[in-house]
Amino acid sequence: MGVTGNPTSINQGTRTKGGIGESTLRPDGILKVTGEFAYSSDMWHEDMLWGHTLRSTVAHAEIVSIDTSEALATSGVYAVLTYDDLPSTVKNYGLEIQDTPVLAHGKVRHHGEPVALVAADHPETARRAAAKIRIDYRELPVITDEASATAPDAILVHEGRDDHHAEHVPHPNIVHRQPIVRGDADAAAARADVVVSGEYVFGMQDQAFLGPESGLAVPAEDGGVDLYVATQWLHSDLRQIAPVLGLPEDKVRMTLSGVGGAFGGREDLSMQIHACLLALRTGKPVKIVYNRFESFFGHVHRHPAKLWYEHGATRDGKLTHMKCRIVLDGGAYASASPAVVGNASSLSVGPYVIDDVDIEAIALYTNNPPCGAMRGFGAVQACFAYEAQMDKLAAELGMDPVEFRQLNAMEQGTLLPTGQVVDSPAPVAELLRRVKAMPLPPERQWEVAGEQADVRALPGGLSNTTHGEGVVRGIGYAVGLKNVGFSEGFDDYSTARVRMEVVAGEPVATVHTAMAEVGQGGVTVHAQIARTELGVSQVTIHPADTQVGSAGSTSASRQTYVTGGAVKHSCEAVREKVLEIGRRKFGTYHPAWATAELLLEGGKVVTDGGEVLADLVDVLEDEAVDIELEWRHRPTEAFDLRTGQGNGHVQYSFAAHRAVVEVDTELGLVKVVELACAQDVGKALNPLSVVGQIQGGTTQGLGVAVMEEIIVDPKTAKVRNPSFTDYLIPTILDTPTVPVDVLELADDHAPYGLRGVGEAPTLSSTPAVLAAIRNATGLELNRTPVRPEHLTGT
Amino acid sequence: MRVNFTVNGRRHEADDVWEGESLLYVLRERMGLPGSKNACEQGECGSCTVRLDGVPVCSCLVAAGQVEGREVVTVEGLADFATHRAEQHPGSGCASGACGTALDKARRWEAGPSGEESRETGELSPIQQAFIDAGAVQCGFCTPGLLVAADELLERNPEPSDADIREALSGNLCRCTGYEKILDAVRLAAARAEETV
Amino acid sequence: MDFLRPASWEEALAAKAEHPTAVPIAGGTDVMVEINFDHRRPEYLLDLNRIGELTEWEVGQENVRLGASVPYSHIMEHLRAELPGLALASHTVASPQIRNRGGVGGNLGTASPAGDAHPALLAAGAEVEAESVRGTRMIPIDAFYTGVKRNALEPDELIRAVHIRKADGPQQYSKVGTRNAMVIAVCAFGLALHPETRTVRTGIGSAAPTPVRAKEAEEFLNAALEEGGFWDSRTIITPSIAKQFAALAAGACNPIDDVRGTASYRRHAVGIMARRTLGWTWESYRGNGRSTEGAA
Repeated sequence: MGVTGNPTSINQGTRTKGGIGESTLRPDGILKVTGEFAYSSDMWHEDMLWGHTLRSTVAHAEIVSIDTSEALATSGVYAVLTYDDLPSTVKNYGLEIQDTPVLAHGKVRHHGEPVALVAADHPETARRAAAKIRIDYRELPVITDEASATAPDAILVHEGRDDHHAEHVPHPNIVHRQPIVRGDADAAAARADVVVSGEYVFGMQDQAFLGPESGLAVPAEDGGVDLYVATQWLHSDLRQIAPVLGLPEDKVRMTLSGVGGAFGGREDLSMQIHACLLALRTGKPVKIVYNRFESFFGHVHRHPAKLWYEHGATRDGKLTHMKCRIVLDGGAYASASPAVVGNASSLSVGPYVIDDVDIEAIALYTNNPPCGAMRGFGAVQACFAYEAQMDKLAAELGMDPVEFRQLNAMEQGTLLPTGQVVDSPAPVAELLRRVKAMPLPPERQWEVAGEQADVRALPGGLSNTTHGEGVVRGIGYAVGLKNVGFSEGFDDYSTARVRMEVVAGEPVATVHTAMAEVGQGGVTVHAQIARTELGVSQVTIHPADTQVGSAGSTSASRQTYVTGGAVKHSCEAVREKVLEIGRRKFGTYHPAWATAELLLEGGKVVTDGGEVLADLVDVLEDEAVDIELEWRHRPTEAFDLRTGQGNGHVQYSFAAHRAVVEVDTELGLVKVVELACAQDVGKALNPLSVVGQIQGGTTQGLGVAVMEEIIVDPKTAKVRNPSFTDYLIPTILDTPTVPVDVLELADDHAPYGLRGVGEAPTLSSTPAVLAAIRNATGLELNRTPVRPEHLTGT
Repeated sequence: MRVNFTVNGRRHEADDVWEGESLLYVLRERMGLPGSKNACEQGECGSCTVRLDGVPVCSCLVAAGQVEGREVVTVEGLADFATHRAEQHPGSGCASGACGTALDKARRWEAGPSGEESRETGELSPIQQAFIDAGAVQCGFCTPGLLVAADELLERNPEPSDADIREALSGNLCRCTGYEKILDAVRLAAARAEETV
Repeated sequence: MDFLRPASWEEALAAKAEHPTAVPIAGGTDVMVEINFDHRRPEYLLDLNRIGELTEWEVGQENVRLGASVPYSHIMEHLRAELPGLALASHTVASPQIRNRGGVGGNLGTASPAGDAHPALLAAGAEVEAESVRGTRMIPIDAFYTGVKRNALEPDELIRAVHIRKADGPQQYSKVGTRNAMVIAVCAFGLALHPETRTVRTGIGSAAPTPVRAKEAEEFLNAALEEGGFWDSRTIITPSIAKQFAALAAGACNPIDDVRGTASYRRHAVGIMARRTLGWTWESYRGNGRSTEGAA
């Protein structure tokens, strides 16, 4: 069993070097360590201007007037744009519901909403000009929670909704509602020997990717625009950008620049349209780079949530029923809220067998910051709550929390509350077993270290708050359930173009997709797939752009599955074509061309018996095979709006964590000592990347357990901590060792049997840390992040 | 105002610098050295870490005018800096290219054929190579700052403990990796240096 | 904006006299954040980096004269024996990169209640050497902080150095933050034993509009130690004394609720830190160094 960070249960080795299953290195690694990799904020063009966004200083207000005259008269300013300058009849955009104004019109609905744009010859010129724009606001009362949103006299955040969720929601300030009813929860509750309930609060988390929103728009001679930008989904951007610019999609050419992390925060547009508008207006290239302050207003966050849960169990530890109600705060615009609701409700049961459930999830429209996609997407909030419930139940029953979970763990064949059967391995009990079996780190490590306390190993760290006083250890477990890929009937496909030709006497494959490489290592995996399928060592990854079909989003743990699947599919087609050429040229010389199963390996055509039939160089000569194909996973279904029934998801992903923490119980400071993880990945295409994803996802879960929260003033709906000074993410001194045990149980429906990796570890990490803190302190702790105040009762 | 200073061993001059500009802005937007990154511009993330007269600092918090006549080493010069250090001629670095990342270069960006190649280039400093080999690079935005900080740590302390590494890198945020592979990379670079001694 | 680059201290004083609104910039770790985030647009920036003497220090008989721009990393490295409290405080400042640039002069100039150096200076005892073209004056640290982010400097004055009492006994410093590194203080506490005068001094950060001393707590403890003969006997301080000291230290706070913490938590935490730092320093005074210094 692997407990050192390197998976050992992974089968290494394929016949072409650098193929799937190997920890090949990133093809962009050299550029990234030399500083040459061109991120979106690094783009530069002669004669370019700088764009700047003026944002609302209040959360909810009517705009009485905007006066831009003084700004326009500023030397060095080339353009000042407001809503009135928008060139098209389409003035809104949005992922699913087009409710987001490109620039505010008549009203602002949240703090930091874009109101005006400036282009100038220097960022400071643009800032000073923006400061001269006069906006007269008439403030409105703010809607900040369910009570204020659904009050009888509540102001509607959006008047006259006509989106497809509008007709089924109980109130216009509710974006979407998804109930799931299965069995009879009330009847089942009567069989329960123990019932526990709780109300849980999950704070607003920020993706806090390090590369701020940025890009460069270059006006083209044909009246169109070339846009270089960091995003998660080029084609989704394009679909939203072109109509607002009043341009056909083929006149908006998008190229992916280097992306400095994403984690869901780049699924929505930020500066894309703004840069294009300024470029088209001025006729000059325009660069926009947000600073960290603006970045907090420039993208959606993870939905904060209030969750109410009730679970029952029999005395022998079997779950009887579950009732829950999940209220997600979607903020001022819809973004991905409907899909987050679908996830939260359909995954609210967690990885457990419960036949009788009564579930409801809603997302609100409020005047809080808009919330949308973030790693874990609705499943994170639910996992925090149901795992707390599992510990409560186990305690009530006097059972070991891991054994209690194992007793109720789902497995292949389990029927979910949606009526969907889990039709691939679901090793929930096994993951818990593995994570529990890992050796525990020694207690009071600082004493082992030597004579003096090394404060770096203690709660408080370098701040020197304890030398061991008040420090108590706790251990906690959690496991989670996440879907992979886009669900609820979405046509979730990807496209890959693969070309094979001889270059300088060697067969070379080129893979071209629109997949956004955001750091996850998709480019590494694509090259590995091409090597495995086409038997070449030389693979070039073409830059991602809109000259090839959509790859879908780099989210939902889906890219290796879906775009990886597309690359595999196109490679197979290229292989067939190459073999066809081979048969045409050499078929008459050797009967095996017609009769044997043929493979491409090591630059040659070989039979499955290993006999070499030809060199690819000789087969191809100066011919190139070039194929672009779409590939899609099994279709899914929408959830019934009343009962939540439907085969809504394509694949599930599972991770389990054990957290070991040391808490300074007097000061309420926490040191996470270790966060061990076991995860099933189906097939690790690149083990090094898999472990990197698990460790990174785990750390984001740790962050929201003990420090990360965007704090919104409930009276004004204004963001109080939009900076890295006050929105804290874990440093290397906050992050423990993360031993990883990787399990590979193939999902036969997926390419190579793989299972999406990125999100599952973010689910279970947070509740595991919370469980460990509860274990150390004996406190109930129904909210995350846990702050020192909560641990000290102050 | 005009500012003159040495970057990676080469004299640079910038004209019409606004007095409020940071060293980071001048490097990125005026000197064609965008390797130092602009993740927070408030000294909280370390992505813009450079050596200023040998000392690691956040270049976002150094006013451009403060650098007049001084020496700066950025990630772009790190490999040469390490080479010259090894040869005991510290201070003379490489020359930089033209301004910014020009479009044609960005457009032509392609991931090379094989990651394995990196081991043969020999143009990387040991810490850069270790970051690639250990899987310490994901999105890579924190990488330049971490490399400059880690290189300086190993220069000062060739055999750091894990706690030393953590402390030395505590001013560099990474959001992708969970830091474990970054620790691995620094340990790897230290171990390789020991082998070659 | 104009960027003034005096080559000498005299030039700097002349520039400050001519442009009293000029904002001095040394490490830049406060000023540049405000400029980058458009919170401040000073008419003049007065660069102090070219004045070499500001990064120097002298160890005298009684005091250390610490140049205003001596970076925190140098204080940690070179002045641990003379200024143990300030060295510990320096170690809690932000990150290595910031510690390489920032110095005590900047902390004093900004006079934020959250500045890490203040509690250590208050506990050790210090004077700020302020100078203008009109002359030099020494401002006792107790009189230096006049309000939230306000200090006793005149518009034409610059901080040249800080004269800090050399430690004559153990000193400690603790700071609460919600992260284990690189964090602004939720609150902080500094404590210095002064066996020569048989007194204890304290400093509290981030728990009142200005950095303050817990004077009542000091007076109580001074009396209790004297009455109990603890300075001579070097016995363990009675828990009830430590408890009362902690309660009085907490009582010296006048904190607010903000995004970093609540007022009641700050009071509570200051009490805990007061008790712990007293325990560590007293153990050290008793000659038991183990588990009192804190490594790293």
